[in-house]
Amino acid sequence: MKVAITSRSNSMDSFLDPRFGRCAYFAIHDTETKETEFVKNPSKDVNEGAGPSAVKFIASYKVEKAVAGEFGFKIKSLMNQVNIQMIVIQEEKTIKEIVDMLNK
Amino acid sequence: MKIAIASGKGGTGKTFVSTNLFKTFESLGHSTLLVDCDVECPNSLLFFDLKKVSDTKVTEYRPIIDADKCVYCGLCYEYCEYKAIFYVPELKHIKVLDNLCHGCKACSIACKHGAIEDSSTEIGDVSFFSDSNSHIFVEGRLKEGKIASIPIIKSAIKEASLLSYEYLLMDSSPGTSCPFIQTAVRSDYIVLVAEPTPFGLSDLKQSVETLNSINKDYGVIINRSGLGDIKVYDYLKDNEIPIIAEIPFSKEIARYYSEGKLAVSHIEEVKILFEEISNKIMKNGNSIS
Repeated sequence: MKVAITSRSNSMDSFLDPRFGRCAYFAIHDTETKETEFVKNPSKDVNEGAGPSAVKFIASYKVEKAVAGEFGFKIKSLMNQVNIQMIVIQEEKTIKEIVDMLNK
Repeated sequence: MKIAIASGKGGTGKTFVSTNLFKTFESLGHSTLLVDCDVECPNSLLFFDLKKVSDTKVTEYRPIIDADKCVYCGLCYEYCEYKAIFYVPELKHIKVLDNLCHGCKACSIACKHGAIEDSSTEIGDVSFFSDSNSHIFVEGRLKEGKIASIPIIKSAIKEASLLSYEYLLMDSSPGTSCPFIQTAVRSDYIVLVAEPTPFGLSDLKQSVETLNSINKDYGVIINRSGLGDIKVYDYLKDNEIPIIAEIPFSKEIARYYSEGKLAVSHIEEVKILFEEISNKIMKNGNSIS
């Protein structure tokens, strides 16, 4: 299973980015291969619709879960449409810590 | 003659000036029409005892995507400036996001497979109201949750312009973005209401720059004078921008306003002040037309 985690930078020591639509990077983690790929969020600086286009972006990686500090109201129904489960983490955690939690 | 009452900063007194100016124009014997163009929050008509006489719905274009005809080429998604098409080709999923769509129809032009059907959605209305003297008032109102205010502003001004009047007063939306510009370009003269505070000055500058860029004639009313500092006055003097009048900061004025009453009907000094303002604006208008 693949999981998209919002990340402030592009390493395992980076912290979770609290925003979903306008996060800096997505860490795409595969729980089977245990590999994590960091990709820049193309919707970070768009004028409008950052949330929906970020959903489109992670859906193209066929992720089943998304982890962020919060999800905007516009995107909750879209996440359901593409069957991505939302996980909210509000503590300051690194990508490595979150990946470890996912693999427990 | 069409006059817009506007301000960069919200809460400086556009509606206060519009409604009291309307009353004064009328009492001076000029047939005047008040149009509330602040469609996101219309409130000018609260100051009058009115009954609704007619209501015209304003609609906007909406595409309907036929998923059976769609080949998932993504061209409509690329054409959409507002990211209003939720398109996930990997999952063969496509949907129009109503709350992001601006109704520009670009997706319909992009589609070469006949998968986009034309439709429309109601975004607000333009209403006509009447008082006990059969005097007509016009209000544009954006439907809750909708974002496109421009078609409603255009429609309100167009509908109002069909009536006969000497002066048309338009209470504009605050700010310097599209709603303000679309009201300003349809007017012959703009009254900018400003407050003498740093925030007021910052937004006044933006209003002035916008009006200069569209070549419109304007003057400034300083509302709540006596507050803040003198920097607004320095700015106006340095840029040779005319001050139409100063309305003093007064608890009495604020109290009447909060009760939904017109200050010109209750405070003699305010009545005289608005008569001076009206004469100045009318004189300005005559020099234009």
